[in-house]
Amino acid sequence: MATAEAAFPPLVLSMRGIDKNFAGARALDGASIEVADGEVMALVGQNGAGKSTLIKVLTGAYRRDAGEIVFLGKPAEFGSPHEAQRAGISTIYQEINLIPYRSAAENICLGHEPRRLGFIDWRRMNSIAAELLQRFSVEIDVRRPLMSFSTAIQQMVAIARAVSFKARLVIMDEPTSSLDDREVAVLFDVIRQLKRQGVAVIFVSHRLDELYAVCDRVTVMRDGRTVLTDRMSNVGKLPLVAAMLGRDLATVRKGATAFEGTARTTGRQLLRAEGLEIGRRVRGARVDVDAGEIVGLAGLLGSGRTEVARAVFGADPPDAGRIAIGGKEVRLASPADAIAHGLGFSSEDRKIEGIIPDMSVGENLTLALLPRLTRAGVVDEARQRAIVDRFIARLDIKTSGRDQKIRELSGGNQQKVLLARWLCMDPKLLILDEPTRGIDVGAKAEIQMLIKELADQGLGVLMISSELEEIVEGADRVFVLRDGRTVAEIPGAEISEGSIMGAMAHGREGAGPITEATSV
Amino acid sequence: MSEARPLARAAISPRARLTLQLQRRGAYWGLALLLLFNFLVTPHFVSWQTLNVNLTQVATIVIVAVGMTLVIATGGIDLSVGSLMAISGALAPIVFLSSFGATHPALGVALAFVAPVLVAGLFGLFNGWFITRFRVQPIVGTLVLFIAGRGIGQVMTNGNLQIFKNPAFQFIGLGRILGVPFQVILMLCLVAATAWMLRKTLFGRQILAAGGNEAAARLAGILTDRVKRRVYMISGLCAGVAGLIVVAINSSSDANLVGLGMELDAIAAVAVGGTLLTGGEATVIGTLVGALTIQLLRYTLLANGVPDAAALVVKAAVIAGAVWMQRRGRTL
Repeated sequence: MATAEAAFPPLVLSMRGIDKNFAGARALDGASIEVADGEVMALVGQNGAGKSTLIKVLTGAYRRDAGEIVFLGKPAEFGSPHEAQRAGISTIYQEINLIPYRSAAENICLGHEPRRLGFIDWRRMNSIAAELLQRFSVEIDVRRPLMSFSTAIQQMVAIARAVSFKARLVIMDEPTSSLDDREVAVLFDVIRQLKRQGVAVIFVSHRLDELYAVCDRVTVMRDGRTVLTDRMSNVGKLPLVAAMLGRDLATVRKGATAFEGTARTTGRQLLRAEGLEIGRRVRGARVDVDAGEIVGLAGLLGSGRTEVARAVFGADPPDAGRIAIGGKEVRLASPADAIAHGLGFSSEDRKIEGIIPDMSVGENLTLALLPRLTRAGVVDEARQRAIVDRFIARLDIKTSGRDQKIRELSGGNQQKVLLARWLCMDPKLLILDEPTRGIDVGAKAEIQMLIKELADQGLGVLMISSELEEIVEGADRVFVLRDGRTVAEIPGAEISEGSIMGAMAHGREGAGPITEATSV
Repeated sequence: MSEARPLARAAISPRARLTLQLQRRGAYWGLALLLLFNFLVTPHFVSWQTLNVNLTQVATIVIVAVGMTLVIATGGIDLSVGSLMAISGALAPIVFLSSFGATHPALGVALAFVAPVLVAGLFGLFNGWFITRFRVQPIVGTLVLFIAGRGIGQVMTNGNLQIFKNPAFQFIGLGRILGVPFQVILMLCLVAATAWMLRKTLFGRQILAAGGNEAAARLAGILTDRVKRRVYMISGLCAGVAGLIVVAINSSSDANLVGLGMELDAIAAVAVGGTLLTGGEATVIGTLVGALTIQLLRYTLLANGVPDAAALVVKAAVIAGAVWMQRRGRTL
């Protein structure tokens, strides 16, 4: 864990021992980050690692519970993002928070417009804006409304705005997620120029190649703690991925898991999707699932796992690619089509895409099944009740009864209801996106066992999980996605945390990662 | 952290339960109190005539509000109902006053019932198509016909007032069965049928699911766009029926006036009746009770010498109170 050497320029920002709790849950636990003058610091970590909480504590959007922040040599206590901005910290969010209908120039100068006799001096404002943008070799008509420009240009405008505030530190939260390759190159040029002008940058991204291309150092967070800080050139991709996922490199090198490589597949292919392309997130993904097989879909955050799952389920039809179910090519216009083909999909976001909070456990459970329980448009309530009660008993769902509102259940029990929603359909293939996220340990084990049991009975399962353990122990075969591409298909015998992380880090499996790991 | 909340919600304090009860049943209590007050204070309140006057006046509001309840249950709103009433009200006399209607009186009257309602339904379907196809907000999407609809009605009649006398057609507004106004029977049938539909049929469950969580409903295979198109169509059909009743009562059709302000009365009835304006929970019976409460409130104030202008303010206060109680109920 090397920190800045003595020869390094003075620190712009130093955050140490930052704690932050939300309603008893610890979001930050002694987190720290240091950024030197003109340095580009990468900030990485999985979902819920605490990156955005740390940024929000820094910019005053959240109040910290403990710890110290020193900005430009002075203790800093920002009450709001606005105060932080005036002090010299600008944040550029994923969704650009500018005003789409106003001109580029207005957006850049908003809040500190040049005035003349009390009125806005439009000509000067436009020339200031044009000049700022020119510094980054962006030449546009600054009088046009912001929304008429591409996302990349809008981002440049946001950066120009940051610079116009004489920012000393610019925070970029996943700035490249909506940019194409050429636009990314332009952005990197801009970042290098910022560096030359002595501006420090905190760069949040999930794309490893980008980190190595533009960042000087990296701070890795996990579970609210800072687990690694080092020069980018000192840390290999595999150790970086291992730090993010919290896996020990020693075990990785051995590649040891308890999993026995008994291929369970029946050879009857249920699903085959290839050449999937969806926007900029997925650029050539493939996956296939046989009956009775649990296929893991692994990848870092932002690698396109969920997008692939949603495309296969017809929720977001892909721009390109072929999907075949049961050997026959299909075109899925909506989830209803996929369901008709025997598919089921449990979303990663239970609250937003899973439960219907104000409906009862019973209604939620039979939501997809209901058309089959209907005669001439009227629901057969006796059959509905029987099925609901059967699944409440079978999955051991803790509820006061089928008429209880689902929002009153615990997360684990809600998840069981959502699983039952599909199981009662007797599906051929179940797509489970993070089936055990955010639920307690007991329910988690129950759900994992249930998935195994169902696969043994012939159900095909495509399982997405951020937890390597779950994939390694659960899956019979693993596809690894990296930056929207399927970079590896790992058969049962070769599944290990090492092989999966190797593919995540380098885009290939095998011996590559081990040599690099040993060189650290 | 995110797991703690649903559990916490399970434990509801007695006070919260009371508020929830008030929120759900507020209109019922309001109606009961108003009735009690009138029994005691208002002279000649207990009479067949008072009942008929109030029910007749509320019937068109309830019929429109039934469709509105379904639209609001999906999380939408329909501002165009008043204008669709004007279109249907303008079309009916055109049909039975036409030369075809004159030569085939029976057919003409039958057509005068069916065609305007279907046309209003088609306009409602257009609302649904517009909203789902272009993902516009319902309040904006239905604003189009709110504005254009009345214009269409005036163009159809060249802006003329149509005056007529056609007992067969006017039965819908003036007829009685066993002494009960026909429109009241129609209203009660519609309320009963819709309440049953909402509770017992697949379509009813899908309406509530689409309003409760559209993303989840879609992932569960519900064609939410189709559900929405249908509720807007039903809202249009209901407005069409209400338009016929209004012109039948008036013996005339003025596209400028038929259904004016109806969208607000209907929304008010739905809100006071306890249907969630955010969608996902709906009660048609509640809407009926809500409309009756507002109507009786107005009647009570008028019968006791409060001017109509002041009555409007009280009506507004009741609506504001109902919405406030809903918000309380949601944040518990």
